[in-house]
Amino acid sequence: MSKEPLVHISKREEMPLAKAVMVRLVAVLLSLIVCAFVIFILTKLNPVEVYKAIFDGAVGTSRRSWVTIRDSLILLCVAIGLTPAFKMRFWNIGAEGQILMGGCVTAAVMIYAGDSMPTPVMFAVMIAASIAAGLIWGLIPAVFKAVWNTNETLFTLMLNYVAMQIVTFCIVFWENPAGSNTVGIINSKTKIGWLPSLGGLTYGWNVVIVLLLTVGMFVYLKYSKQGYEIAVVGESENTARYVGISVKKVIMRTMAISGAICGLAGFILVSGSSHTISTSTAGGRGFTAIIVAWLSKFNTFTMILVSFFLVFMQKGALQIASQFKLNENASDVITGIILFFILGSEFFINYQLHFRKKSTKS
Amino acid sequence: MKKALSVVLAATMAASLAACGGSKPAETTAAAETTAAAETTAAETKAAETEAASGDGVAVEDLKVGFIFIGDENEGYTAAHYNGAKEMQKALGLTDDQMIIKWTIPEDETCYDAAVDLADQGCQIIFANSFGHEDYMKQAAEEFPDVEFCHATGYQAASSGLANMHNFFTSVYESRYVSGVVAGLKLNEMMAADSSVVPKIGYVGAFPYAEVISGYTSFFLGVRSVCPEAEMEVTYTNSWASFDLEKEAAEALIADGCVLISQHADTTGAPTACEAAGVPCVGYNISMIATAPNNALTSASINWGPYYTFAVESVVNGTEIPADWCQGYSEGADKITELNEAAVAEGTAEKVKEVEDAIKAGKLHVFDTATWTVGGKKPEDDAELMDKYKDYIFDGYFHESELASAPSFDIKIDGITDKTN
Repeated sequence: MSKEPLVHISKREEMPLAKAVMVRLVAVLLSLIVCAFVIFILTKLNPVEVYKAIFDGAVGTSRRSWVTIRDSLILLCVAIGLTPAFKMRFWNIGAEGQILMGGCVTAAVMIYAGDSMPTPVMFAVMIAASIAAGLIWGLIPAVFKAVWNTNETLFTLMLNYVAMQIVTFCIVFWENPAGSNTVGIINSKTKIGWLPSLGGLTYGWNVVIVLLLTVGMFVYLKYSKQGYEIAVVGESENTARYVGISVKKVIMRTMAISGAICGLAGFILVSGSSHTISTSTAGGRGFTAIIVAWLSKFNTFTMILVSFFLVFMQKGALQIASQFKLNENASDVITGIILFFILGSEFFINYQLHFRKKSTKS
Repeated sequence: MKKALSVVLAATMAASLAACGGSKPAETTAAAETTAAAETTAAETKAAETEAASGDGVAVEDLKVGFIFIGDENEGYTAAHYNGAKEMQKALGLTDDQMIIKWTIPEDETCYDAAVDLADQGCQIIFANSFGHEDYMKQAAEEFPDVEFCHATGYQAASSGLANMHNFFTSVYESRYVSGVVAGLKLNEMMAADSSVVPKIGYVGAFPYAEVISGYTSFFLGVRSVCPEAEMEVTYTNSWASFDLEKEAAEALIADGCVLISQHADTTGAPTACEAAGVPCVGYNISMIATAPNNALTSASINWGPYYTFAVESVVNGTEIPADWCQGYSEGADKITELNEAAVAEGTAEKVKEVEDAIKAGKLHVFDTATWTVGGKKPEDDAELMDKYKDYIFDGYFHESELASAPSFDIKIDGITDKTN
């Protein structure tokens, strides 16, 4: 027992920002070097060429850049939606379903209300409906959690499947041709209900909406009383009760907001990007967004970077598949290694290793 | 400290966004303008070209061919397309650089992104291989009137009013019919060996619409041509390619008393279940012998090479590609894969040869109305049915894939139980 262990770990004082950034940069560089070896060993390709192809695929042309921006924004929107819930330690893994519900009602409005109302009214209806749908889908597990203390992880997860079944059900009515299970592009001729371009930018509105949300959520969490309540409930429900915060109310309110934003993401997806609806419309974004939120430590501005990085790698994957016949798993390997190093670097930023000094042996 | 961090981050983000927002818009608007301008001039030159151009086309060395595939080589349907593409590449002597393939493109806006990106890269002709890609190909075709867009299994090209949008398919019902004959002979052998065997077939379908209905009906008619007592049960996975769903569906059918399984879905799920249960099976796209060495009989398959070669040659020669293209057995676009000698009934090869020759000679029509009934009635005796399909049923058979390349036979005939509906 007297023997000092070879290495022990202690919590660090807060690291200076410059140094913390340096550590992260070194981590990224190291990960790229490791990836290079992996790429070379597995595929015998020149890693630099592969990196170039990834870059080219994600931002090589202005069109590709916009596709990358468009998809990052949607991922970012979902991550922002998840943030208040996770900050409250409410494990909302139901974003997928909340997006689908928002997308589904958006599609319904586009299909049924196609020419019956003026454009601005129609957008107001679509936005309100998608927010309401997501809100309800987020509120249901929150009510059960608040009132009966059910497990929100399972509950939100199961609601994803319920949402998928609802979408499948709706597709039966909307599919074209019957039996094909595809809705196709909604209003492809008239473009009714498609988010219009803004100042010549096809995805201008997507940028505006999501950036407003980004700033809004940052301010809400950091400066509002409700944001503070969320933080307190997340740290300790007992403390929250002691200081007189109604935990039930906070849980329900926060999940309503979380679901509403995810529902709005569904609107942006359907009206502003894919113009169709299927069970794969959410496409795993609800889960990827969890990674985005956690990696960013709930800072909505950091989320811009993280979601951009993840989508960047996805789009790069399409290019390396096309150019070098490496399928998407190759890019998953690269993304995985880079994420591993970034997460690993957080350990060294927060903790310190002390090695046993030679002299202590005697 | 944290505050400082967030401020810095916020600033960087704002800066980078401003950078994006600043430079990109300019670029895109500029690009948009140039494309718009290019389009108008292109339209003019195209009009001028078409007069002069019929003979012009594109030099083989300047050619770039784009492909959008729903899967990759590990999935039978896309593997068959890829083989066709390689056949075309060989026939025209294209280098690898001239073939740009986008793999695993889902049936959503990703397909549009891929199509316009291929056009941006300078492809003169772009193919897509999955049913749900069609809307997105159409969207891209509108944007790039000078690029040819060819979509397999679709049905909208002729009605789209776009000269550069095309559909293609093969008479796969012919190869399904032949594979059905192989299955029917096997059933006869099984019944001869054990009189308690009830000739019930299970069929794992993808989606309940014409392409699949036409496929299973032709397979069933092939079976019935040699084994008239056969019945069939169809179930759907609602997915083109899901190993697990197809395997489970096959297992359920086997549990339900089916003694032979066939499929219209793209993975090796059903043959895997069949090999485990010792039930003979007929696959799709690729030979399933590697998956089920003791039980795979053969597979109905499509050779896409003839169309790919034809379409790309049309671009080279500057000749027109028809809105609908469909060829079959006689042109080499359909075939069955090798017969598994370990599993097929005796005399199968001879019978297959006989049926194939009859199809090629035009003597055998798969949807011959003498061979099937609906609600106990011959099709010709059912006025309502005849009215609905008057453009298809005449001269004693249903004229599949003649009006349009995509299958249109969606009649539920007697002897087949659709488990979903």
